[in-house]
Amino acid sequence: MQTASAKAHHVPLLAVEGLSIPLPAGLDRRFAVENLSCTLDAGEILCVVGESGSGKSMTANAIMGLLPGYLKPSAGRILFRGRDLLAMGEAELQRERGRSIAMVFQEPLSALNPLMKVGDQIAEVMEVHGEGNAAERERRVLALLDYVGLPDPASLRHAYPFRLSGGQRQRVMIAMALALEPAMLIADEPTTALDVTTQAQILDLIRRIQRAKGMGVMFVTHDFGVVADIADRVVVMERGLVVEQGGADDVLNRPQHAYTRRLIAAVPHRETHEARPGSEGELLLDVRGLRKTYRSGGGLFSKPRVVDAVKDVSFTVRRGETLGIVGESGSGKSTLGRCLLKLTDVDGGEVRFRGQDVVPLSAGAFRPMRRHMQMVFQDPFASLNPRQTIGRILTAGPVANGIPRAAAEAKARELLALVGLDVSAFDRYPHEFSGGQRQRVGIARALALEPELLIADESVSALDVSVQAQVLELLQELQRRLDLAIIFITHDLRVAAQICDRIAVMYRGEIVELGPPEQVFDAPRHAYTQRLIAAIPGLHWDPRAAVA
Amino acid sequence: MTFLRRFAHNYGALVGLAILLVVVAVAILAPVFFPSSPWESAGVPLLGPLEDPQFPLGTDMLGRDIAAGLAYGARVSLLIGVVSTAVAVVIGVSIGALAGFHGGRIDDLLMRFTEFFQTIPALAMAIVLVAIFNPSIVSITLAIAVVSWPPVARLVRGEFLSLRSREFVQAAIVVGQTGPRIMLTQILPNAVSPIIVTASLMVATAILTESSLSFLGLGDRNMMSWGFMIGAARTMLREAWWMSVFPGVAILLTVLAINLIGEGLNDALNPHLRGRRG
Repeated sequence: MQTASAKAHHVPLLAVEGLSIPLPAGLDRRFAVENLSCTLDAGEILCVVGESGSGKSMTANAIMGLLPGYLKPSAGRILFRGRDLLAMGEAELQRERGRSIAMVFQEPLSALNPLMKVGDQIAEVMEVHGEGNAAERERRVLALLDYVGLPDPASLRHAYPFRLSGGQRQRVMIAMALALEPAMLIADEPTTALDVTTQAQILDLIRRIQRAKGMGVMFVTHDFGVVADIADRVVVMERGLVVEQGGADDVLNRPQHAYTRRLIAAVPHRETHEARPGSEGELLLDVRGLRKTYRSGGGLFSKPRVVDAVKDVSFTVRRGETLGIVGESGSGKSTLGRCLLKLTDVDGGEVRFRGQDVVPLSAGAFRPMRRHMQMVFQDPFASLNPRQTIGRILTAGPVANGIPRAAAEAKARELLALVGLDVSAFDRYPHEFSGGQRQRVGIARALALEPELLIADESVSALDVSVQAQVLELLQELQRRLDLAIIFITHDLRVAAQICDRIAVMYRGEIVELGPPEQVFDAPRHAYTQRLIAAIPGLHWDPRAAVA
Repeated sequence: MTFLRRFAHNYGALVGLAILLVVVAVAILAPVFFPSSPWESAGVPLLGPLEDPQFPLGTDMLGRDIAAGLAYGARVSLLIGVVSTAVAVVIGVSIGALAGFHGGRIDDLLMRFTEFFQTIPALAMAIVLVAIFNPSIVSITLAIAVVSWPPVARLVRGEFLSLRSREFVQAAIVVGQTGPRIMLTQILPNAVSPIIVTASLMVATAILTESSLSFLGLGDRNMMSWGFMIGAARTMLREAWWMSVFPGVAILLTVLAINLIGEGLNDALNPHLRGRRG
């Protein structure tokens, strides 16, 4: 459908033709992006979707001319309104950047200058392009801040970036991008670092602006839910190649390529639970009125800043059950997990594990009990000591608990097989493994002590969807086999809905709603839960039906 | 091995290593080249360099051989440099590790203690210490160690503070490892690169401090040292330049060599700088 003759009568806003970017020698593949072709028309949103390392961000950077020095496109053209960006000189490119093509980055904090007031940063965009005089620019800054939905532009204009929330910063970035009314906007994972509710607002904003200004938007994302929400057309990338492209409805609901189908199948989605005998299990953990307050600052003459991270939280966990704790950043969900494991001290309440309150225990008295409560951490790269072999990492726990080294090593090899890793991994170092494999090692480490309770703190958040799906499956299978109780802490309601028997929603340190997924999803009682559920990206789209 | 290859890529470091190896060889072989004591009057006083082939670097006002002095002085400099650094690193790592790992009160206490040492000028304190205990190689080494551990403590504390909150350390706590074990097996190996680099540079500073002490007449009376030679030469500066220049050059080359090696180690061990030189 995209033949040259069909397009002869109209020039698309952006046409990438046969773009190839070779990688330096010695990497696992030859091209970061290989023979990529796609078009973007004014007034449409093109989503470029793929997993990490698929070359999607590289494509966006190539269009902006932001490739690092050692990467040069070896073939192809990037035609913007019919003119090749790759053939332009730096001076000409600089005029186009910002004026005709603007970009919004993933991390709104690092993309803003921390030492410059946000209003000045927006004005600077216009200044470097020689737009208007100081007074006009000032008026435009206020208008832009108002346009992107920021409250009280007149005073917010004088704020420094650190004063703004993540969502507000991203709005400032969007205001900067819009400053010169560009014809095209490239957004590289602009909502990935944001909470779900904020993400929904930013997606709304981008869609609204795009409609109002008739811009072409290239939206890079890894999240099919987001794609379902905003895309007009979709490009799916795998290892530098475009494997599928087409209208959003076609790609999402009738995926053709095997890779697209696999990705869509891996999107976490609520499943109808077969009734599991979880609720009849023996009571394992009973938390009553748990409180944790952070105090910071405060000296002789100043009042300390007090934050109630966990306020009067109570819940129970039974053997063989998965309790999901869902909340946005700052809701206290991670602090709660750390309190349960006594990784941080607790200010009040009881944590009864098998009937015994562990809160008053000293570190030494609690240490023998640690083996029963284990944790799988969030970051597969930070949670393994880079200087130790996998074998050493897996045996550290059992050895510390008095099991002879030989027995611990035999057990570690068994565990590697259990979590689906090759036994040869035993003598290798963490850096030799991918994120998903490392997370399996993290799970094996937690299981090495044969715990009864497993706390998984955002354990799949750093993983690609397909790997995420595998790790979730592994956790569920291990739970069935070992009759584990799991506390699954996550920001992603879709993941929680998929694997949890009960879900607790946390908001500002409190559990505002607790119940089975059906109740939380279909009849949310608390206003915050309702907001949270409404903000789930791709809510109206059922990935299971698409690949059924 | 990749570390060696990275180190070998740095020509400055290789040159430094070559110079240092020469100095070490001279120090070890001193009794072979110069069987008699460097304190002994061996020839005519105040011979210039190359005036007498027996004394290629000349003699001082008492007829002592400058070359012999340099060779024996290398032993004192290297010995004091290495031993005092080792002692300082042990003190600094212990205090820094405890402060960084435990934080809170213990951290406050140990860091105020460290600052107490840091606020006193290092050389002044070393002079006082050596003057209180009689100047001997042991008291000099200890005095240098006592004034040079605070930077190590601060460095190690910083490393421990940041590593302590890493997930792999949390994981070690969760699986039930004890505090000392976590410090030794989980955190310390990850903090070792900056410690090595700092230590290598401290050797150079220690050599300089020892020379300063000897120059001021606070050296070990039984050991010939470069600083002492320069100190003794200061009254003859205009008549016999060679008496001060050769020991000065020896100090310069040794300190430079060690600094080059330290720089090379830093580049090779610090992953953030890898590839900086292409």
